[in-house]
Amino acid sequence: MISINYYAIYSLWLREMIRFFRLKSRVFGSLAPPFFFLAFLGFGFGSAVMPAIPEEVGYVSFLAPGIIGMTLLFSSTFGGLSMLWDREFGFLREIMVAPVSRLSIVIGRTAGGVTTAVMQGLIILVPGVAMGLQIPGLPGFLLSLVFMLLIATTFNSLGLAFASRMKDMSGFSLIMNFMVFPLFLLSGALFPISNFPGWLQTLSLFNPLTYGVDGLRGSLIGISAFPLALDLLILAFCSVAALSLGAYLFEKSDVE
Amino acid sequence: MDAPAIAATGLTMRFNGFTAVDGVDLEIERGELFGLLGPNGAGKSTIIKMLTTMLRPSAGSAKVWGYDIKRERDAVRSSIGVVFQDPSVDSQLSGRENLDFHGRMYGMDRKTRSDRIAEVLELVDLTEKADVLMEDYSGGMQRRLEIARGLMHHPNLLFLDEPTLGLDAQTRRYIWRYIRRMNEDEGVTVVLTTHYMEEADHLCERVAIIDRGRIVALDSPERLKDLIGADIVTLEVDDSVTDDQVRAISDVDGVEAVDRAGSTLTLSVDRSEARIPEIVLSASRAGLLIRSVTMHEPTLEDVFLKFTGKKIREAESAGAGRMAAVQSRMRTRRH
Repeated sequence: MISINYYAIYSLWLREMIRFFRLKSRVFGSLAPPFFFLAFLGFGFGSAVMPAIPEEVGYVSFLAPGIIGMTLLFSSTFGGLSMLWDREFGFLREIMVAPVSRLSIVIGRTAGGVTTAVMQGLIILVPGVAMGLQIPGLPGFLLSLVFMLLIATTFNSLGLAFASRMKDMSGFSLIMNFMVFPLFLLSGALFPISNFPGWLQTLSLFNPLTYGVDGLRGSLIGISAFPLALDLLILAFCSVAALSLGAYLFEKSDVE
Repeated sequence: MDAPAIAATGLTMRFNGFTAVDGVDLEIERGELFGLLGPNGAGKSTIIKMLTTMLRPSAGSAKVWGYDIKRERDAVRSSIGVVFQDPSVDSQLSGRENLDFHGRMYGMDRKTRSDRIAEVLELVDLTEKADVLMEDYSGGMQRRLEIARGLMHHPNLLFLDEPTLGLDAQTRRYIWRYIRRMNEDEGVTVVLTTHYMEEADHLCERVAIIDRGRIVALDSPERLKDLIGADIVTLEVDDSVTDDQVRAISDVDGVEAVDRAGSTLTLSVDRSEARIPEIVLSASRAGLLIRSVTMHEPTLEDVFLKFTGKKIREAESAGAGRMAAVQSRMRTRRH
């Protein structure tokens, strides 16, 4: 029987919160790239007319949800991979020797990582709004929050899955540069995927973030390439699958 | 009759054919302050890792506080506290936050936690540093906090893996005092590993001497030293010392054994302070020049030498070689 230890889940979540609010410089550092993308691409292409973007929407409004998706992708993957730091600095042993089910540990870590990622996504929403993104109202905003949660859960869990298979930090930059960055560029965060050649479009359909960005656009600016229900369904499936994979691989991994 | 704190039979750990722990039988009573003494790489930490459920044994079994380490892992984990050999704190959190995290992981409610935090901080004299971030703690302070944390959830049994490794002599004495205090005041059974002879001698009620994954001797430090019996006299002599000259020395009354290693003669001598003049005299009669004489009462080092045929430092360099071999094997296994 698998037991769930609520105190332990809360403890792991709270630790991430304390660290998030304590390490302000790290948070600012991780928010800098999406902010610069938003600002420079937004100002640079703001007045350009791009094929497949309705003229009345404008590039900035199109870009902002994509950059929120980027922020979530990077910060949640990083959050999942942060288990590598805990292993490196020994804190993982303190967690693993506690009388707490492995599932509770995964849930607690994921809850913490997802919360910090969503907070960062919300922070990036602010300059987006300042640059002209118009939020359609509370329902749209709440729906976008659901998409943020699902994106963060998916990639936090993938990060955890990778971290469970890696024994040291050497694979970290490999994953960030060869998995996370291509996922970002392939998601249609910066331009509509319909501008891609056919084979690249097909490839992007296998990227969970494609549906995340599309869902954010649908809920925040009211245009999306796929029906929102489809985005929601696929992303929900991806997050459950990734979470299961992360939990399974974490369970199998050694502390030593 | 309660189950013993630890009962292990045939506990074995193999890493890819290399045997780090080789059929260890061990019984530790409740309330004991017990030491596992041996060189680095002897298998002490691996024993601790198996007993704390961090590693699954390849063979054999053990019960910790009556719970099976393979089948009742959560019950074992609830009964024990562990202070690991390497640091295991979150350096971005304060001492209090680390303890608070720990308490919650063990299901302690807010009131219980805050009372207990005050107690354990008091025990290791860190009350004033409670709200300082761990990254600003010194090595010794961090170690003390880890000891406090190991006690936080009222474990029945506390494991300390090399609790004073790398600490200066003064800090080491403080830590000894805390360990003894918690064993006496809190009634916690303590199992520690060390490769410091004086630590085992000073602190532990019973000591198991470990070499190459096996227990080679187990008793109280006093009784282990009684096995040596006589005092140890070390003579530095000429390289040219002959067998006849050695025999002349071993013929002196009260000299029980003579060991020769190069120009060093190690003698077991009963009542050595009375015999040394005679030893020096017989040596010079046999034409042997003695450069220096030192004598000491038996230590655990001598016990280790008796049971393993080597000094702990020599065993250490061999052990370090064994460790490196294990690590490189483990690394190969990973890829």
